[in-house]
Amino acid sequence: MATFRSHVLVCGGTGCTSGGSDKVLETLREGIKANGLDKEITVVQTGCHGMCEAGPIVIVYPEGTFYTHVKPQDAKEIVAEHLLKGRVVERLLYKEAMHSEAVPHYKELPFYSKQVRLTLRNCGYIDPDSLEEYVARDGYQALAKVLTEKTPEQVVEDIKASGLRGRGGGGFSTGMKWMFCAKSPGPKKYVICNADEGDPGAFMDRSLLEGDPHAILEGMAIGAYAMGADEGYIYCRAEYPLAIKRLLKSITDAEEAGLLGENILGTGFNFTLHVKEGAGAFVCGEETALMNSIEGKRGMPRPRPPFPAIKGLWGKPSNINNVETWANVAQIMFHGPEWYANYGYDKSRGTKVFALTGKVNNTGLVEVPMGTTIREVVFDIGGGIIGGKKFKAVQIGGPSGGCLTEQHLDLPISYESLTAAGAIMGSGGLVVVDEDTCMVDMAKFFLEFTQRESCGKCIPCREGTKKMLDILIRITEGNGREEDIDNLIYLGTQIKTASLCGLGQTAPNPVLTTLRYFRHEYEAHIREKRCPAGACTALITITIDPAKCVGCTKCTKACPVNAISGTVKQPHLIDQDKCIKCGACVEVCPFKAIDKK
Amino acid sequence: MSTATKDVAQVTKDIVAPWKGKRGGIIPILQKVQHEFGYLPDEAMVTISEETKVALAELYGVATFYAQFHLKPRGRHIIRVCRGTACHVRGSLGILERVISELKLHEGEVTTPDLRFTIEPVACIGACGLAPCVMVDDETHGRLTKDKVPDMLSKYE
Repeated sequence: MATFRSHVLVCGGTGCTSGGSDKVLETLREGIKANGLDKEITVVQTGCHGMCEAGPIVIVYPEGTFYTHVKPQDAKEIVAEHLLKGRVVERLLYKEAMHSEAVPHYKELPFYSKQVRLTLRNCGYIDPDSLEEYVARDGYQALAKVLTEKTPEQVVEDIKASGLRGRGGGGFSTGMKWMFCAKSPGPKKYVICNADEGDPGAFMDRSLLEGDPHAILEGMAIGAYAMGADEGYIYCRAEYPLAIKRLLKSITDAEEAGLLGENILGTGFNFTLHVKEGAGAFVCGEETALMNSIEGKRGMPRPRPPFPAIKGLWGKPSNINNVETWANVAQIMFHGPEWYANYGYDKSRGTKVFALTGKVNNTGLVEVPMGTTIREVVFDIGGGIIGGKKFKAVQIGGPSGGCLTEQHLDLPISYESLTAAGAIMGSGGLVVVDEDTCMVDMAKFFLEFTQRESCGKCIPCREGTKKMLDILIRITEGNGREEDIDNLIYLGTQIKTASLCGLGQTAPNPVLTTLRYFRHEYEAHIREKRCPAGACTALITITIDPAKCVGCTKCTKACPVNAISGTVKQPHLIDQDKCIKCGACVEVCPFKAIDKK
Repeated sequence: MSTATKDVAQVTKDIVAPWKGKRGGIIPILQKVQHEFGYLPDEAMVTISEETKVALAELYGVATFYAQFHLKPRGRHIIRVCRGTACHVRGSLGILERVISELKLHEGEVTTPDLRFTIEPVACIGACGLAPCVMVDDETHGRLTKDKVPDMLSKYE
């Protein structure tokens, strides 16, 4: 294998690709070739680096120089200056690195230095399409060790001892789950990877599948050995075409190398893996619905028991884990369960990947040990709120989760602490909201989603979420009634208890937690017909402050319905009958003369 | 691909053939048929039913359950406006409204009469770092503003 003096890593994650990283990659390769450097320097397309806000991202090794927002034109400059002359292109450095005297290695940036990247260790570091690079990072060593040195029972014990729990949201002990399936009698069993990442605001599974596909394959092969399965399925949503492509390639490569398929590593262990494309149904993230979908049926959940460990896919004992859970397995077996259990807090061991999004400066993928506080994630790693606005809440766990407020900022993140506060770990979506977000509107947004995705099989979920949504719509339109809050709580509690599957059992959470912490906002909507955040259009009025308006006419031009009148250099006026409250005028006014409340 | 130039029944039969005698083929078959014709024509559904011996009612049950399947012809370009949480808090509703007004779609309409575009709000496309974002076919457009919408649409004929 050729050695190079420098490696240039270009992020090929979804964020950077849509920002044009393909062209950047091409320009770098051309520039390097044109300067005769192609024997000294190589360009690698990697998976997601996590800091999607700053994309497209280019990192030059061995220095670890971190370039952000790189355009093809900039790529030429990187070749001419950095690669040819050894001079760092300062204007492209990450903003916090720009002002320091010495150019820091990117891992010293606050965004990365506070993280512990175990699950994401290869994402953004290796070429995900290359089996060799994965192997060079100790890949498939855990599988070899397990197949040659451990009995299936020992593997289950190790996973139990590591304290790993379901990263898809349930938080059930992975080792226990494996044990149930391992003890279930039968010659034919299945292992399944749930890659139907459907929570709006979550993309950690996508980045893992795209950035380190072999880690999932290796984890599943180890699981199959431990539970006595010889066949597996990865159920991936069709909205992730790149993930599917990379999975299929890595499966083929692993089969050719004797790491999957028949007689793996000459040990007599067989494991075949298939990829199934989802067809667009959120409820298929529920394990029994997912199995129905693989079988080609409507993706509706089945009542449990019998649990999948007894009667799962095609009626055979099966085990389903989420992508992130599988991605941890190989490392646990490679380093040992104690190593993994070393990280974490209380009964939640290891690390958790969060998709940090919303009104935060550094959006992206963040991996931290359990026990890290929400403040550290939002402010230290996330860099605080955009535009210096006031932090209001963080919505954690997607449509099944809940909102946490300022009083929870110092809460150490664990399965138990989040549940106690009324939220859930969920898949790890973390949406930061500021003072401009209306919590009633937010709850309505999530309920619209779960209501639409309810499969309709059980009545509490199908009818109950509809009734709750009707009430929320009424409230945000200014027609709320005094009894609505009590009714929401009553309905929500009933739906949680009586629904068949996780979708219904958690659907009321966003409403119940916002009621718990932001009840005053509901009350303002109902009693005063007022939206404190100025977000619910039916309840806001837009007015021009004549004292501030200089008559620049910008708003008149921006108004799509010609509701603003006035002559040049005279204060303007909004015709409230015509105004559709779109807020276009507020955005263009240079004098902040237009009020929305 | 126009349906007129192809024999729907024959194409469908070819798609079903590798799945004969195997389990779990219904969804992949429907996906392939839709990929071929852009939607699921009635004739193809009848053929799948005959070839797989799965009742037509059951096939339609599956096809209508999943958001991915369509029983009517669709536009040449599919605009997926992300309505995920991250995009929502960064103003995706305004983007959606702008796309609808640019395409002059009436209420309830999703496809332009000239079959140029079909619009489809989706839950989340997993590019939350780029919020608000829109996918046209396989291309993601991130960090959109309402004013960038006409430009974005003009790239697709």
